Amino acid sequence: MGVLDDLYQQLILDHYRNRRGRGRIEGASASVHENNPVCGDECYLDILVVDGRIAEIKSDGDGCSISQAAASMLTVVAKGKDLGDALDLVEHFRLMMHGEAEPDEDLLGDAIALEGVARYPVRVKCALLSWLALRDCIADYRKSVPTGG
Amino acid sequence: MRSSAQHALDALALRAEFPILASPRPGGGEVHYLDSAATSQKPQRVLDSMDAYYRETNANVHRGVYEMAAEATERFEAGRDAVARLVNHPRDATVFTKNATEAINLVAWAWGVRELGEGDEVLVTLMEHHSNTVPWQIVAGITGATVRFCPVTPGGEIDMDAMRQMIGPRTRMVAVVHVSNTLGTINPVEEIVAMAHEAGALTMVDATQSVPHMPVDATAIGSDFLAFTGHKMCGPTGIGVLAAAPSRLEAMEPFLGGGEMISDVTTEGSSWNDIPWKFEAGTPPIAEAVGLGEAVAFLEGIGMQGIRAHEKQVAQQMLDALDEVPGLTIYGPRDVEHRGASVSFSLDGVHPHDIGQFLDSRDVCVRAGHHCTKPLMRHLGVQSTARASAYLYTTDDDITALRNALIECRKWFGVS
Repeated sequence: MGVLDDLYQQLILDHYRNRRGRGRIEGASASVHENNPVCGDECYLDILVVDGRIAEIKSDGDGCSISQAAASMLTVVAKGKDLGDALDLVEHFRLMMHGEAEPDEDLLGDAIALEGVARYPVRVKCALLSWLALRDCIADYRKSVPTGG
Repeated sequence: MRSSAQHALDALALRAEFPILASPRPGGGEVHYLDSAATSQKPQRVLDSMDAYYRETNANVHRGVYEMAAEATERFEAGRDAVARLVNHPRDATVFTKNATEAINLVAWAWGVRELGEGDEVLVTLMEHHSNTVPWQIVAGITGATVRFCPVTPGGEIDMDAMRQMIGPRTRMVAVVHVSNTLGTINPVEEIVAMAHEAGALTMVDATQSVPHMPVDATAIGSDFLAFTGHKMCGPTGIGVLAAAPSRLEAMEPFLGGGEMISDVTTEGSSWNDIPWKFEAGTPPIAEAVGLGEAVAFLEGIGMQGIRAHEKQVAQQMLDALDEVPGLTIYGPRDVEHRGASVSFSLDGVHPHDIGQFLDSRDVCVRAGHHCTKPLMRHLGVQSTARASAYLYTTDDDITALRNALIECRKWFGVS
């Protein structure tokens, strides 16, 4: 059971059962739809950008506990960040998932609980799905608003 | 203690022949391997046969005049004899490929690209593996042909009325899976082949999930093409089989060009070797053919009837055990006469990935995902399912472990 506890920390199960930031944003500044070809899981991510900051972020779709918890945690921690900081956050999370960065709890918030996922290569994609969606979302937004930050 | 009393065959004794199944897991327990639809485990004698080939007589086939090369050729071709015998098919129309996927691609490219055109239709079913869908879509994209999908009934069977209606004068190829890797359904392929032939269409039967598990008579099925793979039938990866009507192979141009498949090569052009070698460009999977031949001998020693009888019992046990898990939905037929021992299911409130991960912690190996049947998943209204699939070495204890782990899994994820 020790191994499972390591992967499925209480915080993850909590975010899975009580998902934060779930839904879509009407009139979103940017939206992306990603899917995990391994399992068919889907993830929608919408952001509303105001003054170069993520004023609102929501995620929808279905997936496993890891992907749903990761999306839930992302919406909490990314909300209010300016776009540059949000990209740094995503990159830090990505490096943590690949075991290439020492996790910074202040930066990651609840998402620190996903650290153990890095030891399950098949599940890393689950955790990254929504986070990389945010990266794409910001890129799309910047393309659509060249001077927007 | 494992038990396999009152079974059609002694799965417990058979397990002992498989090193992976006989070895303890890191935690000390035994593995409950329920993913044989993805790949089967390999008995020691198959491993030994391949090892012996490399140690005793490794040489390229059909080339050298020296004794070792002749011996290598003999062992390689003996693998073909064994496979042909197993499915009652002429040996010279039994082509070795890389896997079943390549066997289907061979036909899609060597036949489809040359023969299909605008207005032609390839009819597949909604329960096909991607390997019997995507090659046809690619070829349709090149030729202007259309790929149509025959629906599946709510019970998880091919809608035969729809099939009857969809096969028409435009149908050039009917490509259908014998046993569904996701639903377990055994399809009436002889009937479908007869319907297709009556309409003048050719037929491709994907027998990947049937040949390892039941008697399959390619001649009786009568399809133009029948594909299966070695690694799901106790053989190695890297080898598949295309059993084709000899006249089709004779008429078709080659798929891959290179060594081995030619009769003559000049600066002006080339001519082709006899079948089956015309379709086996380059050095073939020699050790793999030897291993597959040994796997066939192993299966024949048990008897395909016995394996099928055992798996019917296991399928029934599995269905009964899964019914004991609250909140569990089974996809596919309930009657074991019409299904194999590969059972897809979902559990309310627990994603298949999480099921798979949790079961792994109990040494129960199942597959979670879309099983390379995304059109079927969409039809079922799910993104993925968990799947438990049995084989000749599956015991009562494996099924009990599956049920117990699923019941625990619900509690772990807080579903009650």
